[in-house]
Amino acid sequence: MVRPADVTALQELVREYPCVWPRGGGTKTGLRPPEGAVVVELSGLRGVVEYDPGEFTFTALAGTPVREVEKLLAEHGQYLPFEPPLAAAGATLGGTLASGLSGPGRYRYGGVRDFVLGVRFVDAEGHVVRSGGKVVKNAAGFDLAKLFVGSLGQLGVVVEVSFKVFPAPQAHATLRVEHRRFEEAWEVLRALYASSFDLEALDLVPPGTLWVRVAGRGQSLGARLERLRAFLQGRGEVVEDDAALWEQAREFRWVPAGWALVKVPLTPRRVVALEQELAPTDSLRRYSAGGNVGWVAWPGSPAALSEVLQRLELRGLQVLGGGGPAYLGVRGPEPFAARVKRALDPVGRFGGSF
Amino acid sequence: MDAAQVVAGLRAIYPAHRVLARPAELAPYESDALTAFRARPAAVVLPENREEVVATVRWCHRYGVPFVARGSGTSLSGGSLPVPGGVVIALNRLNRILRLDPEERIAVVEPGVVNLEVSKAAAPFGLYYAPDPSSQPVCTIGGNVAFNSGGAHCLKYGMTSNHVLALEAVLPDGEVVRFGGESLEEVGPDLVGLFVGSEGLFGIALEVTLRLVPKPEAYRTVLAAYRSLEAAGEAVAQVVASGLLPGAVEIMDRLSIEAAEAAVHAGYPSDAAALLIVELEGEEPEVEAELEELLRVVRASGAYEVRLARDEAERQKIWKGRKSAFSAVGRLSPDYLVQDGVVPRTRLGTALAEIERLSREYGLRVANVFHAGDGNLHPLILYDGRKPGELQRAEELAGEILRLCIRLGGSITGEHGVGVEKRQYLAEMFGPRDLEVMRRLRQVMDPLEIANRGKMFPAAREPEPAGVR
Repeated sequence: MVRPADVTALQELVREYPCVWPRGGGTKTGLRPPEGAVVVELSGLRGVVEYDPGEFTFTALAGTPVREVEKLLAEHGQYLPFEPPLAAAGATLGGTLASGLSGPGRYRYGGVRDFVLGVRFVDAEGHVVRSGGKVVKNAAGFDLAKLFVGSLGQLGVVVEVSFKVFPAPQAHATLRVEHRRFEEAWEVLRALYASSFDLEALDLVPPGTLWVRVAGRGQSLGARLERLRAFLQGRGEVVEDDAALWEQAREFRWVPAGWALVKVPLTPRRVVALEQELAPTDSLRRYSAGGNVGWVAWPGSPAALSEVLQRLELRGLQVLGGGGPAYLGVRGPEPFAARVKRALDPVGRFGGSF
Repeated sequence: MDAAQVVAGLRAIYPAHRVLARPAELAPYESDALTAFRARPAAVVLPENREEVVATVRWCHRYGVPFVARGSGTSLSGGSLPVPGGVVIALNRLNRILRLDPEERIAVVEPGVVNLEVSKAAAPFGLYYAPDPSSQPVCTIGGNVAFNSGGAHCLKYGMTSNHVLALEAVLPDGEVVRFGGESLEEVGPDLVGLFVGSEGLFGIALEVTLRLVPKPEAYRTVLAAYRSLEAAGEAVAQVVASGLLPGAVEIMDRLSIEAAEAAVHAGYPSDAAALLIVELEGEEPEVEAELEELLRVVRASGAYEVRLARDEAERQKIWKGRKSAFSAVGRLSPDYLVQDGVVPRTRLGTALAEIERLSREYGLRVANVFHAGDGNLHPLILYDGRKPGELQRAEELAGEILRLCIRLGGSITGEHGVGVEKRQYLAEMFGPRDLEVMRRLRQVMDPLEIANRGKMFPAAREPEPAGVR
């Protein structure tokens, strides 16, 4: 493992080694370097480069811990609505971008891809390349910043990211709604999904616990909760001091040590089929973002889980490691992705394939 | 291959009446909304299904004939301007909404579906399609995808890219690919995000999966009149600083207000130097609470008149003027250029003062409407094409404004894209290596450079505007 002190040093490393793999906080233990790759540790590329609260944007080096950025934003009454996971564990901005992970808060305004504005990265030939910009609205050139979201370090080494931020809500509260059966909980989730309630987060923990988070101005929170409870036929227990609750979710503290954690993109309808398959297993599940993502915790190697996903025509990403490949489930040929890889990394400097 | 050969070749794919070749038939396709540029294609084809689109692209690739896909031709940057002697693939007949799934909140559409039609189809389910460029009654989803179209709600809701979940596309060399998925989340690189906004250089979208969102329960729309543009700009800074996240924040200046009033009689305060429109949206109790704060801020900001829309009709009236501004300004002058640039919001005042100075220097009037919430400016440069040299001066002024945007740390385009109009400025915004990487991506998708040839990337020499009327 090598640790460049700055971008220039990183460029030299990329030119020197035939295969390199960037590492941020090492929090996504399921993502492993390709065989023979030199791991480039980016904690030296750290710090906020530019932050203007009036602009709703900030720019920081990729190795900057998410926690550090969130603290700075909070001081100015702003936040990252997509709640990068594993921040307390040491996640960095670059790693968040490369792994494409968002927390439960992505439900309201969008995920990491919806908030990235621009990137600078070191390409396969060791040049620094810029894409996008630092302003919230920009249509110039190809959007490589988005392309890098979820690219697992296989297209280049991101050194700097610009993000859009939003004003932080004044107050939060959560409703916990218990159901005896999963099907009941899912029906309620669907009803909320179809409603015009403006929810911060909407999670379902099998068998039947629904977590509904609202956020906004303090003076209206009470009225909004009342209306929500009325919609739920008077059900639901209010948790006012809900920060700890959602921190648990973001940090995946419900995942037992040593287990694999797999991210499965879903839609509300697909949740049912997956839950039916997994309920009889030893796995633990959390369906987040209104049913748009399933987080599956699996004891040991998730090969069997991969088979289930394949049968259901779903994909998965092993975020916390139980061993084996990062991509699980359906893996067809990806002609468009292959072309992108060919254009940006023809020599395989960054390993992997999509 | 000459025009006659192109036409003959295409007639093997299409029945004769769907290959347009006579000058009178071609004329409407020679330009888009960037009317200063015209070019004559060899032929325009009117496919009715994706198979015909794919066959056309493959034919073009086989014979190295450049093509341009076209929706409704509303591009303000020459995005659907034909390549002289090339083929225009007009997609308006691929206008079916293939699937609308209200439970999953998605719509799967053909590229020729008009933007507003998606929201109309979703309305009975309490859903809508959020990206709302002012041309939305006319522009198509395919065009929106190509240019990552924006609108007035981008700060809070993002642009087209944030509302496209999956795509099926034919690449310029004829391969048909699918990427993305129906989920809001994904594993793997965001290929949809790369394709959206690629200005047609990566081929043609055949099928687009769109995200639908629930219609907000309530709106509160405020119109405020100011005696100066600076005051209006400062009010925006105050609104932002107060922690509010409005759905839309728009500013119009005196010239655009006058034009809009004359055109659609929105009932605006007619002597205002600037109008600010701020719209809150969300749950009823929430927007009520936010409104209190908004009115407090706006009243303290020096507005001499503040109006609150009392119902949906009044709300629509406020928006009517703003949405008609571009075409309304057309009444003030024989010709105009619509510009599109971005400056950091906090530099808006500086930018406007500088635009005013440039307007005087060049002796051309400039009307300003802008998405103040995200710093996206739309200066409308008025000129008279019949006066010798005036178009050129207008374009020079436009160039100065773009340079100003770059200097202030913004962008040469917020939402209209680079197209033909701004390709020379791409090199001022990005460095040689940045452009090289973009070129390599283009190359791998389109080795023959037949898709939208001559756009987005800077040319070796300046393009001449052809055949200005």
